[in-house]
Amino acid sequence: MPFLELSGVCKAFGGPEVLKDVNLSIERGEFVAIVGYSGSGKTTLISLIAGLQKPDAGTVKLNDLEITAPGPDRGVVFQNYSLLPWLTVTENIALAVEQVFPNHTPEKRAELVAKAIATVNLTPASEKLPRQLSGGMRQRVSVARALAMDPQILLLDEPLSALDALTRSTLQDEFERIWEADKKTVVLITNDVDEALLLADRIIPLTPGPGATLGESVAVTLARPRDRKALNHDPEFKRLRALVTNQLLGYGAKRKATVTKKLTLPDILPEDLDVPRTTRKRPLRPHEIKREEVAVSA
Amino acid sequence: MNKFKLDWLILPLIGVAIILGVWAVSSATWAKDLPSPLKTWESSKPYILEPFAKRGEMDQGILRFTWYSLVLVAQGYALALIIGTPIGFCLGLSKAFTKTFDPIIQILRPVSPLAWLPLGLVLFLGTGKEAGTYGALFTIAICAMWPTVLNTAVGVRAVPQDYLNVGRVLKLSRWKTLTKILIPATLPYMFTGFRLSLGIAWLVIVAAEMLTGRPGVGGFLWQEYNALIYEHIILSIIIIGLVGFVLDRLMSLLERRFRTA
Repeated sequence: MPFLELSGVCKAFGGPEVLKDVNLSIERGEFVAIVGYSGSGKTTLISLIAGLQKPDAGTVKLNDLEITAPGPDRGVVFQNYSLLPWLTVTENIALAVEQVFPNHTPEKRAELVAKAIATVNLTPASEKLPRQLSGGMRQRVSVARALAMDPQILLLDEPLSALDALTRSTLQDEFERIWEADKKTVVLITNDVDEALLLADRIIPLTPGPGATLGESVAVTLARPRDRKALNHDPEFKRLRALVTNQLLGYGAKRKATVTKKLTLPDILPEDLDVPRTTRKRPLRPHEIKREEVAVSA
Repeated sequence: MNKFKLDWLILPLIGVAIILGVWAVSSATWAKDLPSPLKTWESSKPYILEPFAKRGEMDQGILRFTWYSLVLVAQGYALALIIGTPIGFCLGLSKAFTKTFDPIIQILRPVSPLAWLPLGLVLFLGTGKEAGTYGALFTIAICAMWPTVLNTAVGVRAVPQDYLNVGRVLKLSRWKTLTKILIPATLPYMFTGFRLSLGIAWLVIVAAEMLTGRPGVGGFLWQEYNALIYEHIILSIIIIGLVGFVLDRLMSLLERRFRTA
């Protein structure tokens, strides 16, 4: 029985369906990356798993229990950090810990908070406010908060896409280290194929929306721990990367090919400025402009 | 204008000097009944040099009068905040509440303090001697409340969905969501409202005191008008302005302290 299971999930926001017939099953302890174009419904997918939104059709099940509301058993790391700006790093995490472990003694809770901060190497900054931290540090706080809740599954919604390339690779390595340490089930949403290959056991491409759905999954068989530098020359890495990239590009091409529409252009000529003003024809009024249609196919 | 040493002090002084000049010329030429600056000073001296003197019910030092007014404003203002903030939260949180009460609020908001005061007096007629005080408090509270109400409502509506999502993921109780997320996120807006409310509360005090005849800056102003001592009207105006300015400064300092994010 799969640990997380989505079957026939559809979601629309009043317009065309954003997600259409999404089926996904993830085993316990698996690290799955979902890769897709921006705007293809990735965040919607994570919100559905987190329970922040309800599917229009189909079911989302965790541990064979249907997800109906958000809860701390699913730790979410949001793209924009979502730290409360008036609380320090410690307080932000303590809020989560208090909520999840109300029966622990205060000392035990403080210990958990300190441990979570240490896991992401932020102990020196533990009394700072989020605005005093860099983007990468904020995202680490967000990860620490999710880890401190000791969730059954970790949902990472493009956690690194707002960061610069250098910080991103540091944090990717850190994610790998943290995951190696306690092998949580992770769903990572990303638009970076390399990131997915570095971290995940399995990569699932998301076709572009509207009506996005999951494509065929690609198992990443690269041995762990994965070394970023060594990977670049690994033939298997290159093969997988080409495979996933081509799959995504294929969707992109298909999406472009389907665009055919008629453009309506006004039938007017530019004014001839060489002719003296007095003899120039008066400019056309809007209703006098004729229209012509041009069919465009991409 | 180029910056030079002490420009922050000298330029405002020049401004004051110009106004004094216009005032002096006016009182000497076309407005014969307007007391000149010098005469105003002469006549105001006992009130300024002995600011806390109490010579009689309506003959007291100017700071003593100001103090009476400030106490009344503080009470009315506190009342406005205590009533206004929760109403603002309800407006921000509930669409049904907004639909129900927003039209009433929009209608009551522009009503002048002069119109509220008689109603206040009538409301508290039963309290006898204290009716004036309660009526004044009622007027200050109901006039000063609106900026707090509306700003709090705007603030609550502007709380980012991300913060609320954090609360939902953590399964915070309603109370905790309010105290840990909504209130801190709304504080900057609330303080803007508080500051505007204080300005209005101070505006209303003069009207309230004029009509009720309570001792205070406004009451003093009205009494001196009836006694034909115009110098003291000007004194009162200057004091009211100065106090209002100081209050606004203090509030904006507070406001800055609570600005988050």
